[in-house]
Amino acid sequence: MKHTMSVLVENKPGVLARVAGLFSGRGFNIESLTVGETEDAAVSRMTIVVGGDDMILEQISKQLNKLIDTIKVIDMTEKQFINRELALIKVAVNSGNRGEVMQVVNIFRGKIVDISSKTFTVEVTGTDDKINALLELLLPFGIKEMVRTGSVALTREWQKEEPKKR
Amino acid sequence: MKKKGAEILIECLEREGVEFIWGIPGGQAIPIFDALYDSKKIKLVLTRHEQGAAHMADGYSRSTGKIGVCVATSGPGATNLVTGLATAYMDSIPMIAITAQVPTKMIGNDAFQEADVVGITRPVTKHNYLVKDINNLAKTIREAFYIANTGRKGPVLIDLPSDVAKAETEFVWPEDVVMKNYNPTYKGNINQIKKAAEEINKAKKPVIYAGAGILAAVASKEFKAFAEKTGAPVGLTLLGLGCFPGTHNQFIGMLGMHGTRTSNLAMHEADLIIAIGARFDDRVTGNLAFFAKNAKIIHIDIDPTSISKSVRADIPIVGDAKNVLPELTKQVTAGKHQEWWAKINEWKKNFPLAYSKKGGLKPQFIIEQIYELTKGKAIVATEVGQHQMWTAQFFKFDTPRSFVSSGGLGTMGFGLPAAIGAQFGNPGKLVFDISGDGSIQMNIQELIIAVEHKLPIKIIILNNGCLGMVRQWQQLFWKKRYSGVDLSIQPDFVKLAEAYGAAGMRVTKEEEVKETLEKSLKINDRPTLIDFRVAKEENVLPMVPAGAAITDAIDYKDVELA
Repeated sequence: MKHTMSVLVENKPGVLARVAGLFSGRGFNIESLTVGETEDAAVSRMTIVVGGDDMILEQISKQLNKLIDTIKVIDMTEKQFINRELALIKVAVNSGNRGEVMQVVNIFRGKIVDISSKTFTVEVTGTDDKINALLELLLPFGIKEMVRTGSVALTREWQKEEPKKR
Repeated sequence: MKKKGAEILIECLEREGVEFIWGIPGGQAIPIFDALYDSKKIKLVLTRHEQGAAHMADGYSRSTGKIGVCVATSGPGATNLVTGLATAYMDSIPMIAITAQVPTKMIGNDAFQEADVVGITRPVTKHNYLVKDINNLAKTIREAFYIANTGRKGPVLIDLPSDVAKAETEFVWPEDVVMKNYNPTYKGNINQIKKAAEEINKAKKPVIYAGAGILAAVASKEFKAFAEKTGAPVGLTLLGLGCFPGTHNQFIGMLGMHGTRTSNLAMHEADLIIAIGARFDDRVTGNLAFFAKNAKIIHIDIDPTSISKSVRADIPIVGDAKNVLPELTKQVTAGKHQEWWAKINEWKKNFPLAYSKKGGLKPQFIIEQIYELTKGKAIVATEVGQHQMWTAQFFKFDTPRSFVSSGGLGTMGFGLPAAIGAQFGNPGKLVFDISGDGSIQMNIQELIIAVEHKLPIKIIILNNGCLGMVRQWQQLFWKKRYSGVDLSIQPDFVKLAEAYGAAGMRVTKEEEVKETLEKSLKINDRPTLIDFRVAKEENVLPMVPAGAAITDAIDYKDVELA
């Protein structure tokens, strides 16, 4: 099962390498990883999406906690959380299908941010499911290039119940 | 007062109580060595290879419980430390490595003797630092010592560019170490301890499985009290040897691949395994699919990542043995487990550690002789291989920190430098390096250090003319295709010892063993090397083949009959 981990770390050189090394060195797979500054400039937040069974997830969470530069590890999957990803998708278009592509993009509340005679560049944000759904619809037109940021996530202020303890 | 970076480094080391530094200088390390030149508290020991320096610091740590320090120059000096760091890391040994680095401005430019040491050593250290600002230096050293010696211990490396070592700043000793994100858990959860005690009190067939965590926590006394109150049999890991007396009547031997049949059968049959400061290593559990299927598992460890890593713990307790055990001891009822012991004693009787006396000079006999002659009062370091396992089996370790061996990484070439480090840290004690003819050649250059410093180490070579452990696997599992194990062309070890200025002796017959050992014990001003020519095809048995269940051991009788 896929888990979204939110990891607060010290914002200093080498920390990303430690986290990445932890995953590669132990054979864990990263599906996506984003990192950026938080409200506190000394702290970075990494949002890591990983897959694996419970025992692997428990190990990943413990190993992340064990790093000296780690401040906090939150497994979002145990909580209510908002997660968003941004994608830029360059779609091939022609005079015949421009309208259709625009319609699809609109339905997904995407934006066309660049345009040429042969392409649209679409910007879309949402959960990875939403982006996957849009991609599927755009695929028949021809996707020239694409980039995705990977998920970023924050817990919701309101939580349904106490998160289950490990 | 203003001080140079290198002077700050040395002063901090002195204040941390460092007595020795093992290492080798080089271009970028000169400022550090220059500052060391004036130190009255720290003795610099110039080794012949940086790997030797790392293992000496490690052997000093393992045998004293203090923190060993090694130093190397940038580039090749630092990369030569890597095996030593990995060895210490795998066995959770507190150690500090200081490496010189090219000046900060040149980092990343492929400068002469530059290597990305922080990058290279990241997976083999508990933590590491590149100090780019002299104002962070004292704080970094404080943190490094704190990290190395707390929680699950381990090596920490500090990479110091030479311009930082030469720069000057106002020196302020940081009285406290403030690390808000690093807080190891020492006290066990009270509810978990209570649950554990209930299980222990209910158990009919409990087994205690303990490891080096007891030694790291300095909790042998607490552990003994706990074990004696529960009345449960005690099996130890290789590195746990000595944390509980090897002569104690509750001791059932080393666990795992070359452990006693009794201890492995007991683990298999147990209804409760109480794991303390051990990590369910694959050499202990054998095939996990068959491991301790009927047992509940209590796992006490300071490192949460060790718990439920390979074997799911029913009652995990994060904490150190020193804190958890007294509380647990209070809550358990005194047990005898007579039926269980009847079974264990039957195993003990049917499957003793033994070997065939036929077929030449037997290495096990030599270990037994060393044990008898020293009455077990010695620090015994080993290299890695058959001799290491025979030592673990046939020498009874009664006191903590008397067995110094590379367990996790299994580093050949560890023993001689580790024994040297141990002798530096324990000047009055008798120190052995039990070795094979393969391992001893991996760091033989460090013999000169023992000569130079008049360390009366006894180096025992169990010389079978081959890489014995690999030969054994090839014999048992690879149709005797002895590929790459022949060491019959070898130096004359006696002459080699003499060339170094050590005493050299050779033993080829059983009747010479005792007198030669006695002779070596009288030599106090230099190391002695004894070349024992032992039976070539002797095997370490019992043996649980890799990937088999721990109940499926090959015993010496099976091999004799085959």
